[in-house]
Amino acid sequence: MTTPNASPANALQLKSLLGTEFLKKEQIQLLISTALAFKERFEKGQSIPATLSGKTAFMLFFEASTRTRSSFELATQRLGGNSIVLTKGGSSTEKGETLLDTARNIEAMRPDILILRHPSAGSPFLLDQALNLPLVNAGDGFHEHPTQALLDLMTIFQSRKQIRGTRVLIVGDIAHSRVARSNIYALRTMGAEVSVCGPPTLLPPKVEKMGVKVFHELEKAVKDQDVVMMLRIQFERFSHGQTPSQGEYSRFYGLNQRVLKLCQPEVLIMHPGPVNRGVELATDVADSSRSVILNQVSNGVMLRMSVLHLLSGGEPFSWKEDIQ
Amino acid sequence: MNLNSLLIKNGRVVDPSQNKDSVQDILVLNGKIEAIGKGFEIPKSEPIPEIDATGLVVTPGWIDIHTHLREPGGTHKETIETGTRSAAAGGFTSIACMANTQPVNDSSYITTYIRQKVATDSPVNVFPIGAVTKGLKGEELAEIGSMREAGIVAISDDGKTVMNAYLFRKALDYSRRFDLTVISHAEDSNLKGLGVMNEGYNSARFGLRGIPKAAEEVIVARDIYLAELTGAKLHIAHASTAGSVALIREAKRRGIQVTAEVTPHHLTLTDEVVGTYDTNTKVAPPLREKEDIEALQEAVADGTIDALASDHAPHSREEKEVEYDHADFGMVGLETAFPLYYAKVLKNHWDLSKLVAAMTLKPAQIIGVKKGTLRVGADADISIFDPGIEWVVDRSQFQSKSQNSPFHGWKMRGKPVFTIVAGKIVYRGRV
Repeated sequence: MTTPNASPANALQLKSLLGTEFLKKEQIQLLISTALAFKERFEKGQSIPATLSGKTAFMLFFEASTRTRSSFELATQRLGGNSIVLTKGGSSTEKGETLLDTARNIEAMRPDILILRHPSAGSPFLLDQALNLPLVNAGDGFHEHPTQALLDLMTIFQSRKQIRGTRVLIVGDIAHSRVARSNIYALRTMGAEVSVCGPPTLLPPKVEKMGVKVFHELEKAVKDQDVVMMLRIQFERFSHGQTPSQGEYSRFYGLNQRVLKLCQPEVLIMHPGPVNRGVELATDVADSSRSVILNQVSNGVMLRMSVLHLLSGGEPFSWKEDIQ
Repeated sequence: MNLNSLLIKNGRVVDPSQNKDSVQDILVLNGKIEAIGKGFEIPKSEPIPEIDATGLVVTPGWIDIHTHLREPGGTHKETIETGTRSAAAGGFTSIACMANTQPVNDSSYITTYIRQKVATDSPVNVFPIGAVTKGLKGEELAEIGSMREAGIVAISDDGKTVMNAYLFRKALDYSRRFDLTVISHAEDSNLKGLGVMNEGYNSARFGLRGIPKAAEEVIVARDIYLAELTGAKLHIAHASTAGSVALIREAKRRGIQVTAEVTPHHLTLTDEVVGTYDTNTKVAPPLREKEDIEALQEAVADGTIDALASDHAPHSREEKEVEYDHADFGMVGLETAFPLYYAKVLKNHWDLSKLVAAMTLKPAQIIGVKKGTLRVGADADISIFDPGIEWVVDRSQFQSKSQNSPFHGWKMRGKPVFTIVAGKIVYRGRV
């Protein structure tokens, strides 16, 4: 089982943040409350604890990323730490090195925290077992992307003041989405009602067992939803028999003004980015007043600060509202 | 003292070929079974070494018809020497080795090379299996007749499926001329795609690409129809799904010549264990679900599945200490197979003779070798195990060159203690 390692001495009682599947409600609350407090302090120009002063975050990115990577780098810097980024194309095997070799090499350089993005599911779990330092999963294959889900919950809470009972629809390529999995787990733990919508070719097998409602028709799915979270469609899906063409995908699963009119007027439109404008999300919808996409991005830095702060033994911050 | 003579006393002798299950003595002279029973006369001319088998179970030598010895070409994973020592330590007196070496065993030269290495390096009998197609490429038939003359006992492209149904049909037709069983590795390569584990709820959870059960079942169904068409002998390797079991059961009912095997890991583990991302759980076909294990057990019990086979597939650390997506498929099995089978006997209250038949008589019949019996005059291949001993698997102690086992640290009951090939003790375990 992918249970976390034995409880270390921090407020989260977690050595590493590998995923949201096994996060408890209290842990999610601590992460979000601390992130909200950081955000308020930052906006008011108040001091942020220098939790990472004299510490180095080692960012190992086996997969291209600009936003997640810069978000983590900014988060590290705002906590007074240094970051070093190592990007590697391909798998360790292609370099003639095993994944555990990679781990041992990193450990020998004595960083304080490891932030890993990897195209193969489970790689952070293998490294976490081999390493004696905290690790943050910045996305592993189709498996999990916990900081993205947590920043999404933070954004939902900020807009709606409540996560419990919120109806969230995730639309698109659920099968190949780590964002979808991490969101489903975290939202369900917090008591949200989650639905997914996509063509049957792009839904994971037995997804309903994750406790979500399954739709194939976007027009039916969007009704009564409080949040519609659009996922980025990867263009390689069009050449692997998973969906016929970009045009057809956009026609059935794109969120445009016509579909937006079927939504509740106060619906929140979210997207983990980067947006394929005109494909899964029409430009006028992405830029509409219902879109909180840019809030997601700015909350991302705060949430990642919260993760790094708490995993490094920092004290949690409370928040004036009860995070439910 | 004659090295190939033995007197095995007071063991519980279980030999399904003679419907025997009682405490008896066995006399071995010059590598053959001389006498079996109680109170027979023992020759006084020369001293014969004795084994006191009180409390032990004595059976015909176990036969594993599905192993990968990796030689030639993959000797960093296993060699004929280490693989056969692993077999002896696991209680096996005979094994068949698959053709996916480098070069592939698709010609009489490679078959001959393997047999020459076996003659010098192996303590147990080794029966090579030849390729169905040249280079396992699925394009042209291998020189099946020449390999037969050189000593192969069956043909298989194991590791790959012959996706061209026409060519596989021709292989089945051709196999009849040489009285060879055709062993099918049933995984449709297009449906398998880049899958690394069973497709289902757990693959969704773990974010890994799935291999649907239908990838196996469509090929099992295809091959059963082709066996019916050709009248050839078909054997389904490593059946792993309830659907395959149903297809095989129905084919047998219709009188088609089909046999099947199941591995210890498919009888024991579900895809839940993949959640550790331990690459030792990555195997082809993949570990399935609880309902499949139940169907496979039932199929062993009712004889739908004829034989137990380990699919011993050694891989080096370099090939396994990598991302789950990139790790090689396969796990070693020879040294943990028996206790895993025996656990099923204990749990399901199977008759011990059913287990022994599936490890001796039945596999011998599938590959057409005169083994698997303790009849007077037979080769004295004998396996003796201690049914009471409890032990813990320590992969660092394996005789195999590789340690890619998901059963490391497992507590087992039952252990082979003597492996005897042609009257010679080739392995002696701690009692």
